[in-house]
Amino acid sequence: MNSELAYITGSVVIAEHQVLKNGELLWEQDRNADLNAFLRAAYDQFSGHYPKFHKMDALSKLGWLAAEVLLKDIDNSAFQPEETGLLLSNRSSSLDTDVKYFETVKEFASPALFVYTLPNIVMGEISIRHGFKGENTFFVSERFDAELMSAYATQLLATTPLKRCLCGWVEVMDQQYETAMFLVSNEPTAQPLTAGNLNAIYQIK
Amino acid sequence: MSEKVWIAGGGVISGIGLNLRACLQSFRDNQPGMTAMKYLSSVHHATFPVAEVKADNATLAEMAGMPEEISRTALLSMIAAREAWESSGLGDISRYRVGFVSGNTVGGMDKTEDFFAGYLKAPNGGRLRQVVHHECGSITELVADMLGIRHHIATISTACSSGANALMYGSRLIRSNQLDVVIAGGTDSLTRFTLNGFNTLMILDQEACRPFDETRVGLNLGEGAGYVVMVSDSLAAQVQPWCRLSGFANANDAYHQTASSPDGIGNYLAMKGALDRSGLQPQQIGYINLHGTGTQNNDVAEGTAISKLFAPTYPLMSSTKSFTGHTLGASGGIEAVFSALSVKEGIVYPNARFQHQMKELPFAPETEWSEGHDLQHVMSNSFGFGGNCSSLIFSKV
Amino acid sequence: MTDLKAQIIEQLNLQEVTPESIGDDQPLFSKEGLGLDSIDALELIVLLKQHYNISITNPEEGPKIFQSVRTMAEYITANQTVKA
Repeated sequence: MNSELAYITGSVVIAEHQVLKNGELLWEQDRNADLNAFLRAAYDQFSGHYPKFHKMDALSKLGWLAAEVLLKDIDNSAFQPEETGLLLSNRSSSLDTDVKYFETVKEFASPALFVYTLPNIVMGEISIRHGFKGENTFFVSERFDAELMSAYATQLLATTPLKRCLCGWVEVMDQQYETAMFLVSNEPTAQPLTAGNLNAIYQIK
Repeated sequence: MSEKVWIAGGGVISGIGLNLRACLQSFRDNQPGMTAMKYLSSVHHATFPVAEVKADNATLAEMAGMPEEISRTALLSMIAAREAWESSGLGDISRYRVGFVSGNTVGGMDKTEDFFAGYLKAPNGGRLRQVVHHECGSITELVADMLGIRHHIATISTACSSGANALMYGSRLIRSNQLDVVIAGGTDSLTRFTLNGFNTLMILDQEACRPFDETRVGLNLGEGAGYVVMVSDSLAAQVQPWCRLSGFANANDAYHQTASSPDGIGNYLAMKGALDRSGLQPQQIGYINLHGTGTQNNDVAEGTAISKLFAPTYPLMSSTKSFTGHTLGASGGIEAVFSALSVKEGIVYPNARFQHQMKELPFAPETEWSEGHDLQHVMSNSFGFGGNCSSLIFSKV
Repeated sequence: MTDLKAQIIEQLNLQEVTPESIGDDQPLFSKEGLGLDSIDALELIVLLKQHYNISITNPEEGPKIFQSVRTMAEYITANQTVKA
């Protein structure tokens, strides 16, 4: 495969209570804050007016926020709904929410929690928010696999109707979390979509 | 670079049989797999019928050649993946660049539940070893190790379309010449976790489910695993392939976390995308293996999307979940094997318990087993929570 | 009904809504109302069980009972036997 065919259009890293866009620190919070409090503060900072956010589990909130920051100021109207896809991955699947749901089963099992006990729901939330109807895949892997992300996203852009793809890593387990999300497309930028470039951004934090 | 991707074999273990031939016999004999719970222990055992694999863990472990304490999800996976490999006639697996791509949603949840049960009784009483293989990825690694697969291993978790998405990814690994062979599909075991969860969503039928029937009220959960062996052009020349994977597509419904949009737009886009990719017209599809869970919401959305795409002439259709139950992450893999075999042997599977025409739809599913059809192209639908919709097309050699 | 509104807000995690802002007859599920969805309906069934010991086993009954806070309160009054 020719990895020169696709490019990184933008990136967002959220880790250690900091939000970085295209390598620059946009906003940060006290690192001792509880994850849920941090996510709420980030929502107030970067979004607001999306009440469904508060119903999401931590994984969906984190991925949704990363997409929100990444896609701010980008004109989606130039693309058909089917032309934007999602390719995400993590280590713990939905285990963080699985455990929380498990705890509710003892008394009153929560349907609202159960619907988040799948890792791909975060892709559904992002698709609903932005009206994306393109291809989605979610991989579970031990660590951020920059080779997989760069090679597969390149192939998707070359062989499917997708013109853009949100790809990356969205991981939450208890208070431990990190996300690195990339917008990639065939539109040339200074950063070709390579494993090396993805890793360099992922490792900023 | 391989121009085409071929299906060279398949294996299934499910509530209607411990291997593919046994499953076929159950279809022929009209023997669905839903019964009262026997192997899973749950407070709901008298309420909800399930399609369990009819064997305890000791038996499955022996079949798999793995230790009994390993998650049932891995045991099922191993049994079906090995059957798939052996059916391909490719022989020594170490001779090829082979990948294993497996979808699942519960991982080792069955063992985690056992751990919690012990843990809640006595905080030091749970056996930590049981939770080591909880993560979905561990299941895939365990089975790949047993099969001797080292070149590429991947786990996909996109709810009920996981197994179908594994085929899509596997196909691309072959097309791009990264691998010569991919064993792709999915596995999931029944757990109290999923049973409780689907119960809270109030979409479980207390009787055997009735997909595409006007009176349907919900689904039955099942368990199992199903894998196909996909090969490149050069390897296809050495074996007798069943059929080709000629098209596939995935789309997001972008409507709700769990519910399908009323017009089934995601379903429509997946089917349309798969047709476009294979270069086929709707009327060239001879049979559709429906997602057909038996919930109010799924069947009307899927049916509406089919109406929009196929009117005025409809292919034969059925939901094999009326036999196997809904096997979640395994279903796309299991139904891919059924669909590939459908092309190869001209089989149309029955849709059990269909009696009442859905008022929204102009077509009805097939209710009888039949064979000897000249099926050039067969479509398999798998739609999951999170709006994840996949459609695969298998075509005659 | 104010109590019930507070319970609904808590159960459904409606963080940007106050009890005062929900009208007694405001539709709960339409876009003009609170815009709740099918999962919220299931959570309201949990609420009835948890706070009022009322069991709804057929989700088809939901839309009738959950039209508004008033219809919900009327249903509770009519069906409540023992407080949980």
